[in-house]
Amino acid sequence: MNDLITGNEAAAWGARLAKVDYVPIYPITPQTEIVEKISKWAADGLINARVTRMESEHSMLTAAGAAALAGARVFTATSSQGLLYAFEMLYNISGWRAPLVMVNVSRGLASPLTLLPDHNDVLAARDSGFLQFHAETCQEALDSVLLAYRIAEDSRVMLPAIVNLDGFYLSFTRERVDVPEQKDVDDFLGPYKVKPLSKENLPSMGITTLDPAVYSYFRYQVHEAQKQAIKAIDDATKRFEKFFGRKLKAIEAYMAEDADYLLIMTDSFSTIGKRAVKRMREENVKVGLLRLWALRPFPIDDLVQAVKGKRGIAVFDQDLSPGLGGIIYQEIAGALYGTDDAPKLASFIGGLGGKIPTDLDFEYMVKVLKENIPPNEPHLLMSKSDMELVKKQREIALRGGV
Amino acid sequence: MEPLSFKLNTVRDTPKDEHLYPGSSMCAGCGAQTMIRLFLKVIGKNSIVVNAAGCMTLLQTYPLSNLSTGWLYTAFACAPAGAQGIRDALDSLIDQGKIPDEKINVLVLTGDGAAYDIGLQSTSAAMDRSLDFYYLCYDNEAYGNTGFQESGATPYASKTATTPVGRVNDIGTLKPKKDLFEIWRAHEPSYLATISPAYPMDLMKKVEEASHLKGPKMFIGFASCPTGMGFDPSLSMRVARLAVETGIWPLKKYAHHEITHTILPKFTPVEEYLKVQNRYSHLFNPKNEEAISRIKEQVLLYWKKFGIVPKSNSHS
Ligand code: SF4
Repeated sequence: MNDLITGNEAAAWGARLAKVDYVPIYPITPQTEIVEKISKWAADGLINARVTRMESEHSMLTAAGAAALAGARVFTATSSQGLLYAFEMLYNISGWRAPLVMVNVSRGLASPLTLLPDHNDVLAARDSGFLQFHAETCQEALDSVLLAYRIAEDSRVMLPAIVNLDGFYLSFTRERVDVPEQKDVDDFLGPYKVKPLSKENLPSMGITTLDPAVYSYFRYQVHEAQKQAIKAIDDATKRFEKFFGRKLKAIEAYMAEDADYLLIMTDSFSTIGKRAVKRMREENVKVGLLRLWALRPFPIDDLVQAVKGKRGIAVFDQDLSPGLGGIIYQEIAGALYGTDDAPKLASFIGGLGGKIPTDLDFEYMVKVLKENIPPNEPHLLMSKSDMELVKKQREIALRGGV
Repeated sequence: MEPLSFKLNTVRDTPKDEHLYPGSSMCAGCGAQTMIRLFLKVIGKNSIVVNAAGCMTLLQTYPLSNLSTGWLYTAFACAPAGAQGIRDALDSLIDQGKIPDEKINVLVLTGDGAAYDIGLQSTSAAMDRSLDFYYLCYDNEAYGNTGFQESGATPYASKTATTPVGRVNDIGTLKPKKDLFEIWRAHEPSYLATISPAYPMDLMKKVEEASHLKGPKMFIGFASCPTGMGFDPSLSMRVARLAVETGIWPLKKYAHHEITHTILPKFTPVEEYLKVQNRYSHLFNPKNEEAISRIKEQVLLYWKKFGIVPKSNSHS
């Protein structure tokens, strides 16, 4: 099947094709369309999954994790505030080693309240132990869900996974999506491997330790499993290509091979970045782009390889750690520090609350790299017209003598 | 749920099987553990206990377990949601013919902090969805595991670590105990009862009755707590018994839309109950007589609603 569907619908198709047994749900914009779709499929008898409406994301995640331990393949979805509301359970579920898949449809965090995307929500989960895969297109939203199951359930990994897609720009955008055949997906994924609870299998799960060494051991295990996931990603993406003909990698390199300068981006705005790269290439600027599909595990070796010999790297962070700067920038700087000939790095914050980066933004980023402007400060992208708009609205807001 | 294969008529019919073994790191004389032990005798080991943060979380400390049942620790607010996930997963697999129905019981086990306060929402929702599960709240009327701080379950005039007695406030807790029974009852669960470790037959009979019903089976148990309430561990059953005899802890059930009191109080003077617990020691100062009168009034008011009054007036 090849159809024009939204990113949300594509993600829902991923769950449907994975033949999930259980979907605990709770609505939140811009994710809701996913759980509506799944609810309708369940009502029509098109899927066997049990769909349960929970009363909060916190409970939704709890039910999801418990069900995954009980022997069900589980899917769930949330966004933004919902993800943060559920936050403590993320750490529990990774500690439980429950390999469920959750879609996060990115949305900026309040306050101010917004509906449009940035990645402070999903990046807050980076230390939780969840794997993280970031989709650029609607097709990739579907493919990433399937890959996430394959990687999460890999016996070397056994960790939960988040698939991220941008609210609005992806969630509500229709693109042509190739929906794979059920039989192929069955073969690609294989059955869920966690042994269902039974009279003979009633273990103690999630229990306490007051021994620091034991606690450390089990948290180290989560880290080791994340490292194993690097291999699992490699195997799963190769297998995926064999089955479905589409190639995904932990890091996608776009016009990067002969480039002097690289932009590093994630998620749907990478498409805008690629267009800018293409245009700058026409003006003979030797620039390329790396797109991080996998953020956890962080593909350090691939990154070091991909930036070898480059003159400068501009990291576009659609997030902000106030008081420090770009989150992904920090991770890349950390990964490259001490490597031979590490290229110059510059940090740019943009796309907060869905602010679309412009041609000028990208040209500015390359200019900073070329002119070797000291990289210590993150550059907060804000154009003159952006500032005009802010000024106008502030004037209105302050009217009335406050 | 699997109907029981035995009849409970006298205490001699108590199942011999133990599913909670001794040797945990819990306090001596803990009433909560007696209730769990009796509860599990009735529902059996073919059960999974879903736990929220509280004293009983430490029943399982890696690598030891003193339960023969399964166990899942969730977090403070969400044990009922964990129970939902397990029940749903099993039901989904059963419906799809992937596993046989082995009638595994799901039992939520929390203290009063989780039940009355932080987990009220998830419990409400589990009942709203008619989840087929048992809930045992061991209510020691405070946050016991963290050192006895005030909770929604703390009754009027109880001293706690966060409602201490001082120059400005010589009563301690100023609010009445939240009526969780009525809050839960508003959800129309399949079965709802209060229990006490000092009344094992009453406890086990209620659990047995509940075991025949599908849906939420809710229990609030008086957890006599030597460590927090402040009495010698040897007095634990006596304190639990006095709570019932004075009328402070009514033993009742709600099933088929009807409240029934299963043990009637003797209206033993409340002082008998209060004076053995350190948390009430400040009330026996002459200037706090009024607080004791207030407690008495609350007790009488409760029973009057059901037309139950003391035989003589000797108590007042
Ligand atoms: S503090 Fe009280 S309720 Fe907790 S284990 Fe000790 S006696 Fe039991």
